[in-house]
Amino acid sequence: MSDTILSLKNITKEYSGNVVLKNVSMDVRKGEVHALIGENGAGKSTLMNVLFGMPVIHTTGGFEGSIEINGEPAQINNPHDAMMAGIGMVHQEFMLIPGFTITENIKLNREITRPTVVSRIFGKSLEALDMKAMNEDTRRALDSLEMDIAEYTKVAGLPVGHMQFIEIAREIDKTGIQLLVFDEPTAVLTESETQHLLAAIKRLAAKGIGIIFISHRLDEIVQVSDRVTILRDGEHVITKDTKDTSAAEIAQYMVGRALTLDRAEGESKRKISDEVMLEVKRLRVKMPGEEVKGVDIKVRKGEIVGIGGLAGQGKLGIANGIMGVYPSAGEVIFDGKPLPLNDAKGAIASGLGFVSEDRKGVGLLLDSPIDLNIVFNTMQTNNDFLKKIGPLRFQKTKEIREHADKMIKDLDIRCTSAAQLAGALSGGNQQKVCVAKALSQNPRILLVSEPTRGIDIGAKKLILDLLLKLSEEQGMTIVMTSSELAELRSICDRIIIICEGKVAGELPPTAPDADFGLMMSGAKLDS
Amino acid sequence: MNIKLLLKKAGIPIIIGAFLVVVLIAAGALGISVQSLLSDSLRRVGMNGLLVLAMVPAIKSGTGPNFALPVGIVVGLFALVCCMEWDLMGVNLLLVACLLAALFCGIVGWAYGKMLNAVKGAEMTIATYAGFSATALFAIVWLAAPFYNKKMGWMLGNGLRETIQMDAFDSAQILSNFLGFEVAGIEVPTGMLLFFLLCCVLMSLFFKTKAGIAIYAGGINPRFAEAAGLNVNRTRVLANVISTILAGVGIIIYSQGYGYAQLYNNPLTMAFPAVAAVLIGGATASKANCVNVVIGVCLFQTLLTSATPVMNNLFTGTDLSEIMRMIIQNGVILYALTQVKGGSR
Repeated sequence: MSDTILSLKNITKEYSGNVVLKNVSMDVRKGEVHALIGENGAGKSTLMNVLFGMPVIHTTGGFEGSIEINGEPAQINNPHDAMMAGIGMVHQEFMLIPGFTITENIKLNREITRPTVVSRIFGKSLEALDMKAMNEDTRRALDSLEMDIAEYTKVAGLPVGHMQFIEIAREIDKTGIQLLVFDEPTAVLTESETQHLLAAIKRLAAKGIGIIFISHRLDEIVQVSDRVTILRDGEHVITKDTKDTSAAEIAQYMVGRALTLDRAEGESKRKISDEVMLEVKRLRVKMPGEEVKGVDIKVRKGEIVGIGGLAGQGKLGIANGIMGVYPSAGEVIFDGKPLPLNDAKGAIASGLGFVSEDRKGVGLLLDSPIDLNIVFNTMQTNNDFLKKIGPLRFQKTKEIREHADKMIKDLDIRCTSAAQLAGALSGGNQQKVCVAKALSQNPRILLVSEPTRGIDIGAKKLILDLLLKLSEEQGMTIVMTSSELAELRSICDRIIIICEGKVAGELPPTAPDADFGLMMSGAKLDS
Repeated sequence: MNIKLLLKKAGIPIIIGAFLVVVLIAAGALGISVQSLLSDSLRRVGMNGLLVLAMVPAIKSGTGPNFALPVGIVVGLFALVCCMEWDLMGVNLLLVACLLAALFCGIVGWAYGKMLNAVKGAEMTIATYAGFSATALFAIVWLAAPFYNKKMGWMLGNGLRETIQMDAFDSAQILSNFLGFEVAGIEVPTGMLLFFLLCCVLMSLFFKTKAGIAIYAGGINPRFAEAAGLNVNRTRVLANVISTILAGVGIIIYSQGYGYAQLYNNPLTMAFPAVAAVLIGGATASKANCVNVVIGVCLFQTLLTSATPVMNNLFTGTDLSEIMRMIIQNGVILYALTQVKGGSR
């Protein structure tokens, strides 16, 4: 097609053997808003990194496939090449200098200058700024976005919606811009700002600029885009005209996958009582990037409850807030008694076990042996494995070793001995050490966050089986938080979806893909 | 040969150790008495041991090498000077001074630890300046405080002398000579070495206790420790209390071994050699143990004592040995600081 601005052909990219993009192709036409959608880890960012020639791609062995711009093969080896080819990006985080005016921000490093006496002697970098011309350019860019704000206003103190527009103005001010990428542009905007932005995107497209619009908000995509491309697990699922599809269908394509983790069939041996074990009321947690804004959850004894949702929506904050890792407010009732908040020691002593999503950062002492890692929490909190001599409590080395050996056997941790350093283990075995650490406290409930993050598929299955076994054999109550829906659906009794820091709803694990997709994207279920 | 790879593989102790052997062989070849060199080295190992050991809790707790050693040292000296003022003699002087030093240093170390918690991320810089400030502050104390014992004043005017003879209080080398003996021409300051080793053993044992393990975890991975319900600020304060107490007691042991208590600017010169010693022993700015201390203090002090006569013999009339000491001492510190991983704390 002659009006195709960009076409990405058969892009394949792997990071050290791990394939993150498989034969993905997409094209963008002149004046089109092309939406790109997929779950976290589906390959959206990697595809954009390829397009912009980001160093992370080229330092890890480059990619396979080709990029064509206006029908000509293009070599994009660094972000500067992308800029020269007329491709611009509006960032999710604003890259603006607060103390500068709008003009200065927009023209930074692309200033219009005129020669002076000094610059004639010492070179171009000492030329004077042509503020008048720069302000005129800026005015033009702002006008095309229908922004009636003075170009000499300082950026500091402007509302976020305005900052977003300044980012866009900077991109369209660049000469020869043909293609603009919006990466989750509405994530930080209010409802009215979002509408304003979507209108501006439409106007830009009408001028003939091609737009790639990345978002996980299905309603926005349906509203603004002409075509939509869906990625899942690094593969291109489908590209459709938006008018021929619906939010529900997109959601289904986004989530639905051949379930690699099957749910065990047949009658469960587990008993779930009606007794409420953990009740969370109006929980708010200040965890950077995963803020929780008022969540109510009830967990019954013996249950496995899943907490799902997209990254950054706050699902991870819940367990971290209850365990006192991040500052929290609200009310948590555990086993009929109120649980002190912001008190990690109190939470552990009350009988809550926590397996952190940050295995290497929070979960383990990587430079220490497995046995110390396993007993650490219970030793520090419950004074287990200690013998008192005078004012000091010494560790009981022999008992610690015996306990660790037992855990290694029970959980099938593959290691040379309990004295091996935790950092030397594989991801799956490290995760088992984290579970062993939590179990050593003899907890009555286990909060497990992202238990399979960064471990391979075989080890994933082992971890999930382990959790199921704990529930079946010891009647352990488990709250599992995960970004991987398939994983939640394979073992949980019910799944709570978190969106924008709040509970979006609750679904049985057998609910259709589309329901999960819609709920995670914040759209209301109609039926 | 790739020097970086060699350094990584062999570690500093092997390299400095090899250099030391070369120096000792040179000493023998030049006709310098190796026995007297080794006697001297043993004495200095005993004198400096505790000051180097003071690095271990600070490094383990995550506050980095204790560059604020002079803080503990001046407080220890203050305790010693107080006991001298009361005219205590011999063993009594040392015992009471050590106990008093531990008490004072405990209080000062607590305050110092609190301060470090307020400046997380810049501990080493702040510590260095805390050392400078404390030394300057106590220079005024030595001059202005109401000490009247003639044995430690100037001939004329008020204030304490720059160096006070321990002999005047019958307490020079008391600990050094305890169980001391001579073998093959080498004098062994048994008491002092035993006391140093005893402290090392106690320190190792301490890091097998609940509190010790908590300090270690808080230093190596604060987020892990906090998730386990520990108060990392408290473990850091505790570690710096212990470090400061060791500095205070350490300077009293040092003074009796040396035979003089040195006031005014002298405490300033104590921190860097101690930091260098523990690093030479194989410690890093975030990891240290008692083995590093023993190896480090032996290598560093032996190197200093033996390099001086060898250099003076080879280059008569120059002060090359002092220059070399500076290069090794500060070079090792510089190397270790470049190895600190950015953003690890």
